[in-house]
Amino acid sequence: MSDWFSEPGNWWFLLLGIPMLVGAARAVTSPNIVRAVAYFVLTLGGLAGMFLLLGAEFVAWTLVLVYIGAVIVLFLIGIMITRAPLGRSVDLDHSRRWPAALISLAVFAAMSWASIDFFGDEEIVPEIAGRTGDVGESIFTRFVIPFEVVSFVLLAALIGGIVLARRDPESEEASE
Amino acid sequence: VILSQYLIVSAGLFAAGLFGVLVRRNAVLVLLSVELMLAAVNLNLVAFAANRGDVGGQIFALFVIAVAAAEVGIGLAIVLMIFRNRSSANVDEMDLMKW
Repeated sequence: MSDWFSEPGNWWFLLLGIPMLVGAARAVTSPNIVRAVAYFVLTLGGLAGMFLLLGAEFVAWTLVLVYIGAVIVLFLIGIMITRAPLGRSVDLDHSRRWPAALISLAVFAAMSWASIDFFGDEEIVPEIAGRTGDVGESIFTRFVIPFEVVSFVLLAALIGGIVLARRDPESEEASE
Repeated sequence: VILSQYLIVSAGLFAAGLFGVLVRRNAVLVLLSVELMLAAVNLNLVAFAANRGDVGGQIFALFVIAVAAAEVGIGLAIVLMIFRNRSSANVDEMDLMKW
């Protein structure tokens, strides 16, 4: 265990991991809806830092741009459009929390036990793979078909979002 | 740096997201908790990519990010539709298909 603490990478890991888990816990328990989103930003920032520690620069900056840049704004717009209570509110959660807490604790225990049991103290040596050039090369050679499929999914989501969110012209004529 | 420490942090994120999905009433916050679970999956993928020295895991994480962005867009459009029809975005009031 003292070996573990003497490694500088593990200090960075703790520095990022503890705020990240606290942020995640507050994001799902905070009674204030806007603060929950702000804690989610904290979690995502820690996650991007962990990606950097693991040598995945491109994924880290994509996470910052796509999540912290776009998805968070979308969440805030969603909150404002649905007229959610912006201050503290008591009825943001179900009244019975204990079964859910028990289930998620059990899932956490099972998952961490399984990973410790299977991987033990297998080492990671970061920065073997993961230069951005390798990622780009691999996307356009080995993963070119999945890449095209993902772009098609994004197009379908774009069209679907427009179709869902716009008002139905026929029902509008009927109401006039 | 061992692999299990990243897997345990990821399990913690996943458990927090699961708790949020089960407990939150506001549909936007349920979506946010789902994003938390997807973030945990991304951490696992990148950790395994570093462990195996294969860049494929990172590319998978990129695909998960892209699909999650599409999911948030569609999900919020659906929430908006429900809010327009029922003037509430609470998931426990959507009981139309409940037996």
